[in-house]
Amino acid sequence: MNYDKYLSKTVMEIPPSGIRKFFDVADKYKDVISLGVGEPDFDTPWCAREAGIKSVQKGITQYTSNSGLPALREQVAKYLKDRFTVDYDPMSEIFITVGASEAIYLALRAIINDGDEVVVPEPSYVSYFPSVAICGGKAVPAKCYVEDEFRLTAENLEKVITDKTKALILPYPNNPTGAVMPRENLQEIAKVVKKHDILVLSDEIYCELTYGENRHTCFAEIEGMKERTVLINGFSKAFAMTGWRVGYACAPNAIFKQMLKIHQYIIMCASTNAQYAALGALKGGFDDDFAEMKKMVEEYDIRRRFLVSRLNAMGLTCFEPKGAFYVFPCVKSTGMDGEEFANRLLEEGKVAVVPGDAFGESGKDFIRISYAYSLNKLQKAMDRIEEFVLKYKK
Amino acid sequence: MDNFDEKILKVLRDDSRFAPAQIARMVGLDESEVAKRIKAMEASGVIAKYTALCNTEKLNEDVVTALIEVKVTPQMSSGFDTIAKTVYQFDEVKAVYLMSGAYDLCITVEGKNLREVSRFVSEKLSTMRDIVSTATHFILKKYKTEGVILDDGDGEEKRQVIL
Ligand SMILES: Cc1ncc(COP(=O)(O)O)c(C=O)c1O
Repeated sequence: MNYDKYLSKTVMEIPPSGIRKFFDVADKYKDVISLGVGEPDFDTPWCAREAGIKSVQKGITQYTSNSGLPALREQVAKYLKDRFTVDYDPMSEIFITVGASEAIYLALRAIINDGDEVVVPEPSYVSYFPSVAICGGKAVPAKCYVEDEFRLTAENLEKVITDKTKALILPYPNNPTGAVMPRENLQEIAKVVKKHDILVLSDEIYCELTYGENRHTCFAEIEGMKERTVLINGFSKAFAMTGWRVGYACAPNAIFKQMLKIHQYIIMCASTNAQYAALGALKGGFDDDFAEMKKMVEEYDIRRRFLVSRLNAMGLTCFEPKGAFYVFPCVKSTGMDGEEFANRLLEEGKVAVVPGDAFGESGKDFIRISYAYSLNKLQKAMDRIEEFVLKYKK
Repeated sequence: MDNFDEKILKVLRDDSRFAPAQIARMVGLDESEVAKRIKAMEASGVIAKYTALCNTEKLNEDVVTALIEVKVTPQMSSGFDTIAKTVYQFDEVKAVYLMSGAYDLCITVEGKNLREVSRFVSEKLSTMRDIVSTATHFILKKYKTEGVILDDGDGEEKRQVIL
């Protein structure tokens, strides 16, 4: 039976994920060190796990309110205010979602009319393009370059804005490049946003994972931007809670109401148990000034510095990423592009990395290496990569 | 000891083969500064020894390890120190800890076989004047030691690459 006539054209036209495609192959090889995983290698802090367990033991297994546990929304509001100096009202502007993933989708669903364009910096996280397409919009890439340390510049943003542009997705700190946007750069972007009267979906899921002096600046904190911003965030990365599936969206009430309406009909509420765990994570964090998270960040930082120095030393030039847990070296010096490099490295060097073009065409000459792995493992992998690179170095 | 020393130690405790040059890049200091700090920590005894952590489960060596709980009569002048020092002189003794709770010293003893360890306990340890009683627990299997998981049966779960 040919199912094509039954299936949605929009959905069928979405290409499969480049990462998935590569790792379907990689998974078949033996003795491969994978540096592909995009989630923390740390365990969820005990305070969160314990809160999750306790809620189940107490039999709290019913739905929560659609927008999530009031106590959790309050803690999220406090957290955003304390750590990122943005003010959101926990009852009318914040709601809890099934990961940042759901929040991204809801925001797009709530704002896109057929044919609307959404600007997406490239390279970036693989879900934005398909999510925009599913909502009937058109994702338009705004290229980011290694010369700009993969920041989105006002100039490159302005180039792709048309009268159909509805919104910009702003994904910093960035997956896969590790780029961050300092305040001055955000201010430049804000000017363009205002001038063209568009919205911003700011995916700040890596906001806690920054290295060096400057902490992350929340886009909503830039003057005049809160009213145009949907802030998307979650517990996956900062609290090592990927499998729990808890995130949140913060938005001006008019947008919040429409997003919540979809969430209500489609999801009802995020998992109750996971919401209690998230509440435990925040409460525990406030109790010890987020010591556990800081320990993770310190550990990531050591690995990050290790990778950057090893990669540069072997001739895979790599700008210093200041956020997330990825490095994004250029492999041009080997005479290969990212895809060929990744394929051969897998076969000959037994290390799996993600080809950069999985994150958009401008990632073509790059590979993504995740450092959500122990230093030990990274060391072994770097030795293998070095041996492989020496064979091909021009 | 400052935050940099802590970071250097963290790396070395993970793998003491890292050279100062590599550690320097990881923690963001000069190589010479790192070397100096390592020397200082060696001199002050913060770093007591560099060693290899062996998985004895995989060694074809006959080793039996026992944890021994010991109750002692503390000395008037030196408390538990004198007896602890007497005990740690034996090569069979790998660790000596002063404990809170139901007994006083916890001793780790290694021998080739049960008999050797038993003889150590009955002939050397329990005959000491200040030792009131001992309770010997033999270790049957080591699953994790010094933070390292040793049984590779269901060790590292394969982590899925999702997106
Ligand atoms: C940039 C970015 N946004 C969102 C997500 C999804 O996060 P969540 O687990 O909260 O759905 C990821 C996960 O890799 C990501 O890298």
